[in-house]
Amino acid sequence: MMARMHSRLVVCIALATLLAAIPLAHAAPRVPADDAMVLERLPFRPTDEVARALRSLRAQVAARPQDPDPASELARAYFRMAMRDGDPRYVGYGEAVLAPWWNRDDVPAPVLVARGLLRQYRHDFGGALDDLARAGALAPADETIWSWRAALHVVRADYPAARADCAQIRRHVSPTGAEACEAWIDGIEGRAQAAYDAMHAAYVADRDAGPAGRLWTLTRLAELALQLDDPARAEAHFREALALPVKDQYLLGAYTDFLLARGREREVVERLRGERGSDTLLLRLAIAEKRLGLPTAADRRREMAARFAASAHRADGLHRHEEARFALEVEEDPSRAVALARDNYRLQREPRDARLLLEAAVAAGSRDAATPVLAWLAATRHEDPRLRRLADTLRSPAR
Amino acid sequence: MTRGAGMAGWGVAPNVVRFVVALATVLLLGVVPAHAHKASDSYLRLSIDGGTLSGQWDIALRDLEFALGLDANGDGEITWGELRARHASIAAYALSRLTVRAAGESCPLRVIEHQVDDHSDGAYAVLRLSGDCAGGRAADAIEYRLLFDVDREHRGLLNLERSGAVSTVVFSPERPVLDLAPGSSAPVSALDAFVQYAIEGVWHIWIGIDHVLFLVSLLLPAVLVRTAGHWQPVAALRPALREVVWTVTAFTLAHSITLALAALEVVSLPSRLVESVIALSVVLAAANNLAGWVTHARWVVAFVFGLIHGFGFASVLADLGLPREQLLVALVGFNVGVELGQLAIVAAFLPIAWRLRRSGFYRKVVLVGGSIVIVLLASVWFVGRAFDISLL
Repeated sequence: MMARMHSRLVVCIALATLLAAIPLAHAAPRVPADDAMVLERLPFRPTDEVARALRSLRAQVAARPQDPDPASELARAYFRMAMRDGDPRYVGYGEAVLAPWWNRDDVPAPVLVARGLLRQYRHDFGGALDDLARAGALAPADETIWSWRAALHVVRADYPAARADCAQIRRHVSPTGAEACEAWIDGIEGRAQAAYDAMHAAYVADRDAGPAGRLWTLTRLAELALQLDDPARAEAHFREALALPVKDQYLLGAYTDFLLARGREREVVERLRGERGSDTLLLRLAIAEKRLGLPTAADRRREMAARFAASAHRADGLHRHEEARFALEVEEDPSRAVALARDNYRLQREPRDARLLLEAAVAAGSRDAATPVLAWLAATRHEDPRLRRLADTLRSPAR
Repeated sequence: MTRGAGMAGWGVAPNVVRFVVALATVLLLGVVPAHAHKASDSYLRLSIDGGTLSGQWDIALRDLEFALGLDANGDGEITWGELRARHASIAAYALSRLTVRAAGESCPLRVIEHQVDDHSDGAYAVLRLSGDCAGGRAADAIEYRLLFDVDREHRGLLNLERSGAVSTVVFSPERPVLDLAPGSSAPVSALDAFVQYAIEGVWHIWIGIDHVLFLVSLLLPAVLVRTAGHWQPVAALRPALREVVWTVTAFTLAHSITLALAALEVVSLPSRLVESVIALSVVLAAANNLAGWVTHARWVVAFVFGLIHGFGFASVLADLGLPREQLLVALVGFNVGVELGQLAIVAAFLPIAWRLRRSGFYRKVVLVGGSIVIVLLASVWFVGRAFDISLL
């Protein structure tokens, strides 16, 4: 309680310090001497296919701004862009497209789905679940609805509710999808081997799934293999997923974490250099560069600190997980890390959030902070050698 | 940041396939972004000196590209030449979305210099601003609407300097106007903070079942006196009222002291100890109604255990997060809210207890039965909190 109070203030002071550092993080305003000087590289050229697809959708929306179909399609296209690149600007664009429906209750299913997805990006999990539930009542055959609901329930560690969503997939969409969904929950709730087998069977049975679906299943398989302490198999799944013609921030983050855990920092730097897509990937790069003692490490660290400071200024609190890990692994400030990780765990309770809080609690020597995770481990009997080791360290009498 | 574990389609349902196909052009292009990303912000510095305005406005080139299109040759790069060619339209676009007013009249702003700068997520156009309000009147309102029509997550981060005082404000689509007129609410006014935290205080005492049960355990015998090991109804309202007032005041005083000490970081106790002792205090307060250890000066019990309950309230306050500027106001507001919540409980409890005090039902079922239930329930909490085991 008081420890929490204390860490809150520490966080406040640290944020204030970061805020003060904003002006240092960039150069002074200037007037370039050369017209040819490149100031900014855009994510794509106007002639690129992605830009043309978006432009065509935008034109449809501009022609019929009150028509929910093109608007929800464009909003979802922006959402996919955000997922692909980790660029939150697209979420704001999507919200603007849905502005005519944003605060209304009587909206058609496609708008509800798009609004729910955008809301979950902003960590409005309650609002997102609500929208998706109402969309599910209107259009139950849309798998996106149930799979995202299951994902949000996993974030909230509400596994019975997630299983109910899997059941909706079985009822309205496809048995294979439901099996993968259920295997995912099984893997969290202490049945990793059975989950791996079922997920693998679902993957094999569904060879003609689209790249996005394959990517999801392969990522889960890699994570289950890690839970089963089989890194070779995990890497094989990661590599298969990375070879797919879809880009995904989460997959890249999970794979580079895998490399970091095995001391393969050079590969992380190679893979992420020039990437810098999102805070999540920038963080992995910062950790790798720091461990390798690269000359770029100090700049990277300043850049990340400035970004967290900017985020604090907006007060959107969307980067707790990354910020906690930054404090733990880059700044080596365990007490700040444990405060942030605990904050994060209040909202997000996926296994990786649990692991982060355990790591921070071990580093800070604070068993109290990890109490919710220890309770979660006991309740779910979640199997993962990494989490078990951390929990054992915390429980050992030496502490 | 979004959670990546979402299963955005397994690609098995026809409509999901349709969705994937619709976006295939978007998805299949593995274009590498050149810059790190964060949500869109602009940085606006304004200083108001009498009727004179000066400032600097940093707007991301990516945002200007999205709103106006800067990449003239379509090569995916914005050069200084391309930016320079659009300076006039950038100035017109930006200034049409920022209004500074004095006494209802807008103060014309102009861009006196264009520069560039780098922030953590890329290059920004820097607009040096200057302006004057008619009649030398000081500006009293700022309205900011940049990009809100195309990006609902855009924020305008204002750093405002006014008569030597610096404040920061975040403009959003929901809050595009800053009112600077005297008497109007500041960014977060003390009153706002007070009310907000008072509501949290009321709410917390109502949902904080352990605090409520502690208070109820102490109040249950207030309409009775214990003589020769038996509870008898009090004859007059006055002693019963005095008992309630003493108990509630002692509890209030005690937890106000520790809440302040904890919130201001003077004293710090481990949460497990605090939560365990709070549970124990409920057990003892209810058990006292059965055993009759303390029958007269119950306010002492209320005071002693009230001290530990204050630490419990402090943790809630910590969870809410205390505003840095309004620390004291929030603290007092929260405390006042807790008191109001308590008074509401007392106001609901006392008339009923007074009415029922002569009945055997009150003495046997409500007092004895209720106390037994509270002892059992709080014992479970105590064991769970002290030994970290979950019994319920």
